[in-house]
Amino acid sequence: MSQIFHPSTNTISRVSIFGAALLFLGLLWVLYGVNSSAYVTGVGVAVGQPVPFSHKHPVSGIGIDCRYCHSSVEESPVAGLPPTETCMSCHSQIWADSPILEPVRASFRDGRPIEWVRVHDLPGFVYFDHSIHLKKGIGCASCHGRVDQMPLMWKVATLNMEWCLDCHREPERYVRPREEVFNMAWAPPPDQLALGRELVAKYRIRRMTDCSTCHR
Amino acid sequence: MEPERPQDPVATDEEAPVIAPGHTYQTVTDQISAIVLTRKTPREWLLGFTLSFALVMLLLYSIGYLLVAGTGIWGINHPVGWGFAIINFVWWIGIGHAGTLISAILLLLRQEWRTSINRFAEAMTLFAVACAALFPLLHMGRPWLFYWLLPYPNTMGTWPQPRSPLVWDVFAVTTYATVSAMFWFVGMIPDLATLRDRSRRRAAQIIYGILAMGWRGSAKHWHRYETAYLLLAGLATPLVVSVHTVVSFDFSIGIIPGWHATIFPPYFVAGAIYAGFAMVLTLAIPLRALYGLEDFITARHIDNMAKILLATGLIVVYGYLMEAFMAWYSGNEYEWFMIRNRISGPYKACYWALLACNGLAPQLLWFSRVRRNTRLLWLIAIVVGVGMWLERFIIVVTSLHRDFMPSAWGMYYPTAYDWTTYIGTIGLFLALLFLFIRFLPMISIFEMRTIVPPAERRARG
Amino acid sequence: MRGDGNTLDQYGSYGRQRRTGGERLWRSFEELEQAPEFRLLAENEFAPGALEREGGPSRRRVLELLGASLALAGAAGCTRQPPEKIVPYVAAPEEVTPGKPLYYATAFLLGKVASGILVESHLGRPTKIEGNPDHPASLGATSPLAQAFVLGLYDPDRSKVVIRHGRISSWVNFLAAAAAERERLLARRGAGFRVLTEPVTSPSLAAALRALLAELPEARWHQYQPLTGDHARQGSRLAFGEPLHVLYRLEQADVIVSLDADLFGAGPAAVRYARDFASRRRPDHPAGMNRLYVVEPAPSVTGAMADHRLALSNRQVELAARALAAGLGLPVSPQADAPAKEWIAAVAADLDRSRGRSLVVAGEHQPPAVHALALAINHQLGNLGRTVFCTPPLEAEPVDQMASLKELVADLAAGRVQTLLILGGNPVYQAPADLGFGEALQRAELRIHLSLYEDETSQLCHWHLPEAHPLEAWSDARAFDGTVTLLQPLIEPLYAGRSALEVVSIFAGRPSQTGEEILREYWRGAAGAADFERWWRSALHDGLVRGSEFPPKPVSLRPDLFARLPEPPAAAPLELSIRPDPAVWDGRFANLAWLQELPKPITKLTWDNAVLLSPATARRLELAGGDLVELSAGGRSVRAPVWILPGHADECVTVHLGYGRTRAGKVATGIGFDAYRLQSSDRPWCTSVQLRRTGERYQLASTQHHHAMEGRRLVREATLAEFRRDPGFAHHGEHPPPADLSLYPPVAYEGYSWGMTIDLNTCLGCGACVIACQAENNIPVVGKDQVARGRAMHWIRIDRYFEGDPSRPAIYHQPVPCMHCDHAPCEVVCPTAATVHSAEGLNQMVYNRCVGTRYCANNCPYKVRRFNFYLYADWSVETLKMLRNPDVTVRSRGVMEKCTYCVQRINRARIAAEREERPIRDGEVVTACQAACPVQAITFGNLNDPAARVAELKKDPRNYGILEELNTRPRTTYLARLRNPNPALERL
Repeated sequence: MSQIFHPSTNTISRVSIFGAALLFLGLLWVLYGVNSSAYVTGVGVAVGQPVPFSHKHPVSGIGIDCRYCHSSVEESPVAGLPPTETCMSCHSQIWADSPILEPVRASFRDGRPIEWVRVHDLPGFVYFDHSIHLKKGIGCASCHGRVDQMPLMWKVATLNMEWCLDCHREPERYVRPREEVFNMAWAPPPDQLALGRELVAKYRIRRMTDCSTCHR
Repeated sequence: MEPERPQDPVATDEEAPVIAPGHTYQTVTDQISAIVLTRKTPREWLLGFTLSFALVMLLLYSIGYLLVAGTGIWGINHPVGWGFAIINFVWWIGIGHAGTLISAILLLLRQEWRTSINRFAEAMTLFAVACAALFPLLHMGRPWLFYWLLPYPNTMGTWPQPRSPLVWDVFAVTTYATVSAMFWFVGMIPDLATLRDRSRRRAAQIIYGILAMGWRGSAKHWHRYETAYLLLAGLATPLVVSVHTVVSFDFSIGIIPGWHATIFPPYFVAGAIYAGFAMVLTLAIPLRALYGLEDFITARHIDNMAKILLATGLIVVYGYLMEAFMAWYSGNEYEWFMIRNRISGPYKACYWALLACNGLAPQLLWFSRVRRNTRLLWLIAIVVGVGMWLERFIIVVTSLHRDFMPSAWGMYYPTAYDWTTYIGTIGLFLALLFLFIRFLPMISIFEMRTIVPPAERRARG
Repeated sequence: MRGDGNTLDQYGSYGRQRRTGGERLWRSFEELEQAPEFRLLAENEFAPGALEREGGPSRRRVLELLGASLALAGAAGCTRQPPEKIVPYVAAPEEVTPGKPLYYATAFLLGKVASGILVESHLGRPTKIEGNPDHPASLGATSPLAQAFVLGLYDPDRSKVVIRHGRISSWVNFLAAAAAERERLLARRGAGFRVLTEPVTSPSLAAALRALLAELPEARWHQYQPLTGDHARQGSRLAFGEPLHVLYRLEQADVIVSLDADLFGAGPAAVRYARDFASRRRPDHPAGMNRLYVVEPAPSVTGAMADHRLALSNRQVELAARALAAGLGLPVSPQADAPAKEWIAAVAADLDRSRGRSLVVAGEHQPPAVHALALAINHQLGNLGRTVFCTPPLEAEPVDQMASLKELVADLAAGRVQTLLILGGNPVYQAPADLGFGEALQRAELRIHLSLYEDETSQLCHWHLPEAHPLEAWSDARAFDGTVTLLQPLIEPLYAGRSALEVVSIFAGRPSQTGEEILREYWRGAAGAADFERWWRSALHDGLVRGSEFPPKPVSLRPDLFARLPEPPAAAPLELSIRPDPAVWDGRFANLAWLQELPKPITKLTWDNAVLLSPATARRLELAGGDLVELSAGGRSVRAPVWILPGHADECVTVHLGYGRTRAGKVATGIGFDAYRLQSSDRPWCTSVQLRRTGERYQLASTQHHHAMEGRRLVREATLAEFRRDPGFAHHGEHPPPADLSLYPPVAYEGYSWGMTIDLNTCLGCGACVIACQAENNIPVVGKDQVARGRAMHWIRIDRYFEGDPSRPAIYHQPVPCMHCDHAPCEVVCPTAATVHSAEGLNQMVYNRCVGTRYCANNCPYKVRRFNFYLYADWSVETLKMLRNPDVTVRSRGVMEKCTYCVQRINRARIAAEREERPIRDGEVVTACQAACPVQAITFGNLNDPAARVAELKKDPRNYGILEELNTRPRTTYLARLRNPNPALERL
């Protein structure tokens, strides 16, 4: 009877068998890639805001302290966003009529708040407290990066759980002296681990890896 | 049902043939492959398939609604957190045992009488496991996160919790499913080749051709085939024991009276084989009649399976007795209350029914006349199937509904959706089985040929 | 079915129409205009729980579902967080720090009597009620009703706009109408003008009303609320010749006799009385443990605490009171058929032994004679001025309220009333049916009703005015001891409601005056403080005016008392006693789903009221629990389900008020039966009744089905004597597993190690902890149908057991939160490590890691884990979102949840302590249940701190853990219960 399959089928079948395996692995790899890409994590993606506000100028330029605007960062879980008043305290004089700042003036005029887009957005089931991290010697820059060099705000860290645990498991790798927490430029010394261990002891830092530390 | 045929060989001792006399290679091949290739699809098949397919639709509907609304559509509550889902899971997994047992263990034990029943027993296993595997997924509150039970690199920096029997289940069941699938498929390759060669239609030729993976029946092929098949059999054998042992851990690891017992693994394995063989009989007897396979599935097959049914049945009954005895002997007030609650509590009807189905009914099999009466045997097999389902109901529900704190005691009543999901899976199981017997050789052709008596082999053809 | 109406999110989505009532049902302006987006909402099948409620999806969606099945699962797996907005202030308020709650002192009002509370406020949203430690009626604790106060504020069914003739109107229109009306009234000097209020304890409101009446001399002011307190006043008039308010000092009493008085369960003083009582329940108290006798028809929270409880019908209670008086040598002729003579004699002897250190209390629902007798007995025993004090009444204008209402109805019927202004209350529903208030009301030409809800009364009025919730308004009130308590608003009125004070001032011709102005104006005068601003600020800050409680009033017994004592009523074949419901009170809290779902202390029923009767009576009438019967009294009848209650008096049935509302809101409308229909104005609390079987059944949703302990030593009890003899009694028959019995290496809990003790000797089973927990932890309400299916979500379950003879059983309460076992059976079986142990010994539940296998719940021997079988949390109603505690995750469908020991409070305390570089102090972490508990039965703290209160209690010989033989090592343990029986009665 006639041949059903062309001789090449042998090759095809072999290829397809191993190909399938490879394809599967490939898919997994792509999935992993997408998941850790900026598209999902948003790392390094500058976020558009109603007012194209740049931390660069006020922080590195004039040298305004973080706490001037994020006033509750030391006593509250949330760092707090400045009320329009605070913006106007400077911008009623400086660039008082720059078109870019119109939304700010508008907000001040008719008492309608500015709607900023959140950059560092934790899921609803994660409870983070700024005040204690500062107290224990974790610098703003450790999580938010060199904000003083960001024309527009973006994330420097994925804020994934593994990223949090990275520090919660080994705080000594990241802690810095308390007086340095607001210092954007502070760089870990070569013997960070030694310093870290010393500070961990000094600040009575524990490995806060219980689930209920962040989830409740 | 099948008419009692006068020429049915009644001798059921060891020497009795496992294939009716007068068969040659030719006739064997013709008769079996004809079912797939040439014979007209019987009306019974169409009817059966239509019905079971309708039930599959019912299943899909129930699942859809479950995913939209939540597990609240079932009867589960506090304190009975597991209901039909887990009962059915254990039941199906149990049924899925006979196949591998027949194929692997009996193969290794050189029980040649297995040859005519192993193929569809394996198929049955596969389909049963497929049905079983549905339930652990569906019973989850958030099934779309099932993959959290698998250890894979993730951004959460966490892993599954290895102390949980549910994690063991994932591995046990998936392994079992994979191995039995391979076992089944590899076993079928030569026959697929036969179908390829004998089919007249192009499409069939191509499909069977692809499935046959270029089998040419050369000595080399045969040699590799034998090795592979033997290895797989070796692999599958421990699984027969391991799977249901692990499943039984879901309960025996728990602290609940009625679960927390060391007897569970052996008692579950026996129960599984029991249920499995019951299902094989339930299917084999009508199939045999429908397709006139009395020559291949002979009275001896039926008889042997009936004996296994009896043996495993006795083990299971021993399990029940031990459970009760230990509850009393341990002097543990909760255990003892649990047994009394089963005997005389709100679910006592189920418990007594269970004892009747699994304990009393199989005792009839002591009589060879009963074993040879296929109608009666078929009924007993069904009764055992029901009994094994009741056993799981008793274990899951009566243990949970009254455990330690009387204040938290409650009742469990299945809802319509519990039933539709369960019946739906039965439909799925049957639908797959119907497709199998229509499109694949339900009896291993080449293996049957090996048991054709030598005298007959070199006949015309 | 009925229950389904309440399933899941108890309110449904905001826009969806109520199914109840045929008349126009507007919910919002959008709805009136039938804006498209509203129609969308109204037709939205997917409002949480809609599916379940309709009992299955429409046939049209079957195919969708078929296809959807697996696709859905896949899709739900991968999601990306939607972009989120942050909205800062334009001008930041001074005191507010985002992320940190503030606490304000104000008051919860029950029957217009104040008990002080502190309200937790997040960014201007009141979220949680705590007791005010400085306030005499609270001492830091609250009742369950007070806990639900904040839910009342956000209730989406509250009335939102002014309604005129059933159409939406506005305050502007009303002000105009009111001004015109005022002119007319002035012209006829107020003739035909009536004001109906609930009894007024508010000095400022009373002053405003008096001023109004002075302006309109012909006008009249009526007062009525269902729990009138008339009998107490009449009793006091019998005894002393004047209506006085009676106070008790339970901490001073060695022997307490309650004549059907629910001292700890009901009324504005219950929390304080419970605390005082409990302070003398501790066996180590220098003055010794007190003894409580209770005589009552239906077992109450107080009865369950009794050392000796006697179940008597109302009439028998009166006879018992007479016998007791006689037994103490008072010139009362004891009735021939007085019950339990030896019992009474023993009690009398016991009272006699402790003259001046005892007290006898008559229940509010007992006839005046019983009140008079109780006072006489106290007088006889020299308790007056020692344990019992008489003060002026709390009401500014004490009147016989039933008489006042009757008078109003008569005048209405006679057409003598042109204008009726109803300030609060819901008389159409709440007036005794025989008065026919509803019909009479409609004879008035102008009817104006101010209330929180557009209810049965509003429906029959020309004007309905939305009332400002007490948490939205300025006002004041007196506490049970007369202490003046200022109420301050925590939030702008959500629906432009106004307070009674403001509405009165509208009629006084000062429409623009705000409540604050009126209040300040009044107190500037009344306070008589040199520096008013200072006085005002401290009064607001403390939540009370110090030293403003009433001084005790010297009294003398009227000599002719016993001559004028009315004879007891004739025996009725079947006696009906009517009582306020422990959860929804007189119906005013009916629409608060928290309270509807709170298992009632003794019956454990939810979402319904029932006809309570004793097992013996049920047997005689051949009734089973759940049978539907017809009760008829005074020619009116209701159909009601039966609930058999051990310990209930025979030949007597009890029904509770507050149900059968026809216009209450989505939650309460149409559930239960209306007991007011059986009430008669002459004998409001006890009449004779006919009971007829209908042969129908009715499903009642109870949270506990098994009432016996099955000989398992869960609640352990001994008499005081036994305890003295053998302090370790609680540990007999234990089989403690060896300390090292575990496959896993032992864990040392350095640092903090949290634990809890619950004192069964003082626990009332009142349910304050249950609601407090619900409010603190965003616990959803599931509805009657789900409760009936055994899916209630409360994290703390109060088990109630009956033991012994069903006619006079011992009643036990046992609160069961998570035990936080060190060897937690739930932890080992969780496949995803969603429940694990913390380094501080907490059994943590990680919702976001839970896939919902429910294995943990099955394996929990205490059955304290709760599963979200459906999407129970309400994601659609805006106001309810404001209610949520922002520190606790709102759980979604398919995840397990349970008591966390209020870990959010622990974390808050830890961070505060760490910031100050000090350890957490004992008492710094107070769990929600602990804070609310009136009797301080719950103690929580760090077991590693030897000085901690909880650590001491763990050393108490009475301390024991339940099911310890399972080697679970529970961190929540119990202090065994003690009884202090009268030896003379033990022998009976």
